[in-house]
Amino acid sequence: MKDIAPTRIPRAINWNRLEDEKDLEVWNRLTVNFWLPEKVPLSNDIPSWATLTDHEKQLTIRVFTGLTLLDTIQNSVGAPALMPDAITPHEEAVLTNIAFMEAVHARSYSSIFSTLCSTKEIDEAFRWSDENPHLQAKAKAILDTYAPGNDPLKRKIASVFLESFLFYSGFYLPMYWSSRAKLTNTADLIRLIIRDEAVHGYYIGYKFQRGYEQLDEAAQQELKDYAFGLMFELYGIENQYTEELYDEIGLTEDVKVFLHYNANKALQNLGFEALFPPEVSEVNPAILAALSPDSENHDFFSGSGSSYVIGKAVATEDEDWDF
Amino acid sequence: MSRQLPALVYYSSKSGNTHRFVTRLGLPAVRIAECLDAPLPDHSQLTDAFVLICPTYADGQGRGAVPKQVIRFLNDASRRERLVGVIGAGNRNFGATYALSGRIISEKCNVPLLYSFELAGTETDIARTRAGLEKLGDHLCSTAI
Repeated sequence: MKDIAPTRIPRAINWNRLEDEKDLEVWNRLTVNFWLPEKVPLSNDIPSWATLTDHEKQLTIRVFTGLTLLDTIQNSVGAPALMPDAITPHEEAVLTNIAFMEAVHARSYSSIFSTLCSTKEIDEAFRWSDENPHLQAKAKAILDTYAPGNDPLKRKIASVFLESFLFYSGFYLPMYWSSRAKLTNTADLIRLIIRDEAVHGYYIGYKFQRGYEQLDEAAQQELKDYAFGLMFELYGIENQYTEELYDEIGLTEDVKVFLHYNANKALQNLGFEALFPPEVSEVNPAILAALSPDSENHDFFSGSGSSYVIGKAVATEDEDWDF
Repeated sequence: MSRQLPALVYYSSKSGNTHRFVTRLGLPAVRIAECLDAPLPDHSQLTDAFVLICPTYADGQGRGAVPKQVIRFLNDASRRERLVGVIGAGNRNFGATYALSGRIISEKCNVPLLYSFELAGTETDIARTRAGLEKLGDHLCSTAI
């Protein structure tokens, strides 16, 4: 019963006494990675924006309002809803960071809009996001799970699915533009968001696994069934959302593969196995390269990689490993 | 001729992605303990050439990519001389630092970066890694280190 809060003695948080080392590790990672949209020179994208057709512009703005909605939910409801379930005070502190960064993400889409779009276009897109049935359906599915009194581990499942799966029908588009050398500064900003969401999905998934391993087998099975059931429900909505957005530009099938790939990664964050087989989850290499530029896929084994490089011989001393 | 595969050593934090990857590989493997006070795998466990599988924990600038326990493990020259290759793990969502630990270890220890995979790996990653390790085993046999 979540609404009857147990009486707890207020205690000052002591970061020198950790119950879970992962809390400090993730706190450090998130604080070092802190950023604000002002640091990205979005206005350099103005000439590139002008090369998009009206439909491409409308699609891009709509995709970004869809992402704004998810970040808004995670900022104002999702991350705060996880706080009362926190096992350690440090976990609660990490969640406050996650909540705030979601607000930064939501805010940064408005920076993109104010740089590239007219007020009329922006208002139209926000109206669209209020009324789009698929977008509203995914928001509702997640918000229902976050409701007070719900199972803390189910909330974490929904949260990981939002962080590691639901964003990706949207993230696809700036990665696609970037692979065609368009809106590359906007893509830089989106990559910062993607990096944050990856830490969030990893951390919440990790906390889920800690709770899950305490359960007996029957309870684990029930929770796992719930997770896969919710994934199916969200996947159904995402398919429709994707078709509505991307059919006209001819990218729907490519986006769906990206959905499968990310659904599998979201499940892995929870410690579960993949759902979609490799043949439907092999993402367009141009999109993968846009996600992680400068890091080729190393495959010395199959002889296809160009990056079989034996490094310069370096003597390994303690001080060399300067981390 | 029975195939001699290189031995495997790996590190996995409590999130367990690399551990799940290694479990699915179904090959014997020695785990480097996560706890900084725990003993490292000793020489009785490391008599042969081995491949190291290592996840990445880098921040946005790439710092901290290689876990401290792995650094401690590799700082012993007698262990390092049996290292024949490294496989890096990570998440592409971290952009340029994806699977960075594999690249760093490859450079520092002068061994090839054999492969990289995301999180706990896909079926394709498992199949490629298993086949690749067999090929590497044959190669090591024929060159008899």
